[in-house]
Amino acid sequence: MRSFTYEKVASPAAAATAIASTSDAKFIAGGTNLLDLMKLEIETPAHLIDLNGLGFDRIERTSEGGLRIGALVRNTALAADEKVRRDYGLLSRALLAGASGQLRNKATTAGNLLQRTRCPYFYDTNLPCNKRSPGSGCAAIGGVTRSLAVIGSSDACIATHPSDMAVAMRALDAVVEALRPDGQTRTIPIADFHRLPGDTPHIETALEPGELITAVTLPKPVGGTHIYRKVRDRASYAFALVSVAAVVQRDGSGKVAVGGVAHKPWRVEGAEKALANGARAFVSGLLADAKPTKDNAFKLTLVERAVASVLAEVKG
Amino acid sequence: MSNTGDPHISRRNLLIVAGASVAAGAAPGSARAQKPLPMGPAASEPVTTKVGMIVNGASRSMEFDTRTTLLDALREHMHLTGTKKGCDHGQCGACTVIVDGQRINSCLTLAVMHEGSSVTTIEGLGTPGNLHPMQAAFIKHDGFQCGYCTPGQICSAVAVLDEIKAGQPSHVSGSLMGAIDLNEAELRERMSGNICRCGAYSNIVEAITEVAGRPA
Ligand SMILES: Cc1cc2nc3c(=O)[nH]c(=O)nc-3n(C[C@H](O)[C@H](O)[C@H](O)COP(=O)(O)OP(=O)(O)OC[C@H]3O[C@@H](n4cnc5c(N)ncnc54)[C@H](O)[C@@H]3O)c2cc1C
Ligand code: SF4
Ligand code: FES
Ligand code: FES
Repeated sequence: MRSFTYEKVASPAAAATAIASTSDAKFIAGGTNLLDLMKLEIETPAHLIDLNGLGFDRIERTSEGGLRIGALVRNTALAADEKVRRDYGLLSRALLAGASGQLRNKATTAGNLLQRTRCPYFYDTNLPCNKRSPGSGCAAIGGVTRSLAVIGSSDACIATHPSDMAVAMRALDAVVEALRPDGQTRTIPIADFHRLPGDTPHIETALEPGELITAVTLPKPVGGTHIYRKVRDRASYAFALVSVAAVVQRDGSGKVAVGGVAHKPWRVEGAEKALANGARAFVSGLLADAKPTKDNAFKLTLVERAVASVLAEVKG
Repeated sequence: MSNTGDPHISRRNLLIVAGASVAAGAAPGSARAQKPLPMGPAASEPVTTKVGMIVNGASRSMEFDTRTTLLDALREHMHLTGTKKGCDHGQCGACTVIVDGQRINSCLTLAVMHEGSSVTTIEGLGTPGNLHPMQAAFIKHDGFQCGYCTPGQICSAVAVLDEIKAGQPSHVSGSLMGAIDLNEAELRERMSGNICRCGAYSNIVEAITEVAGRPA
């Protein structure tokens, strides 16, 4: 690991000032992704700004009847929160399907959204990777691509976003609250938060350099049946091959996002009209522009079957 | 720009001091807030800072390189070698310790982030003459072979029973709102962050089941 200086900030203003005044600085929250990558020297910040003194650890009702989740709320606390379990079961289920008990005790809401890809070539610093070193090429294309994207990818990068929580948040229409280094606050709908790789796979979200996530809000509960179906190589403590986050209403309408297929949680609102006609009809719209590789074409079938099993479970 | 110039180093010390005092709740804000300075390229010399924490009930205060993980702090600096390093990347659970009541992977957190924390390691749970009930149960049920994963397994298991008591659901819980049935599937899921290369899993589940107060 490269050497770095460290400071712990006590207010969002201090965090914004710290990040604006230091080049090569990074925020650290739970540290479970950043430190992993720093050990491999994939991330090499010269300065760490520890956010754990900020508070931001509350889950509160919003005036619209939704929920405001502080950026530093741990994944364990979020999954176990009674309001979340009751009204946003999908979110609890997605969190509980991710990582391990130990990791969820540290992992934060913001850190989870910002965790980096699990593309195996991204982790191998001997190989080219446009995400790790922009312009170097992509070792994954033409390589072993079983775990990689089937849709929304580019000639520069075919990585997926690994978060389970983010897929549930996409189906729940979450909104990210952020604070710019200049002190301005803004909100970013989750649909626009994660980006497709395009020519700049190293730019993964709509956040500007140094922008701090302060909270994630959820709109008021929509009812329905909440199901998170994660398909992986082992039953626990593994990333998704594909996952389905669904909120389905009695009349068959619903909101469905899919993980493990793209550089961001994948949802096509226009395709959801077809949900009542079954999994095949829906998925043919959802993944209409898919460009799988030979290795990962199985994901298309897997998504369809996972959606079918979710719809069957809803019917009971 | 060189990393060895004096201004750079003194600024670095300033930051560390500012960080430590904020962590201790003494001074709000930071020195850098008043006088922003551009940072040079990645720091190349080690940066050290003093950290105080409570480990197994005793106060410890030591100087650490900022890069020192809590795991290395425990093993290499405090010589508490009960906690094991398996993967060093959050993938095996051998380094599991209990910090402020919660089990975590000590390999994926920094010592400097634990100013004021209370840490319990396997050495703090029980001693050979006075075993923790979970340690005794692992022995009784042969919950290990080589023993390398065992300290992590036991710290994890102790915390798991508290998590169940607190009503935290798991991935395999049938209902998110109902009571948690402490069955084998629940324990296996909750313990999945602790890998055992020797495959002692079924005996580990029996040991935990006994401590939980159910016939194994
Ligand atoms: C072995 C293993 C298995 C895992 N399995 C899964 C899995 O199955 N599913 C899953 O979803 N995840 C999984 N994870 C990933 C885990 O969920 C993430 O590591 C975790 O959520 C990251 O959160 P953190 O708070 O620790 O982030 P950190 O490591 O602290 O930070 C991550 C990034 O976010 C930035 N950041 C943090 N907070 C803020 C903020 N408030 N504002 C702006 N930037 C911020 C940091 O600068 C950093 O770039 C796994 C991880 C490991 C090690
Ligand atoms: S797919 Fe993306 S992350 Fe993986 S090697 Fe290519 S550029 Fe890097
Ligand atoms: S050594 Fe920490 S999880 Fe493996
Ligand atoms: S007892 Fe050998 S690894 Fe678990």
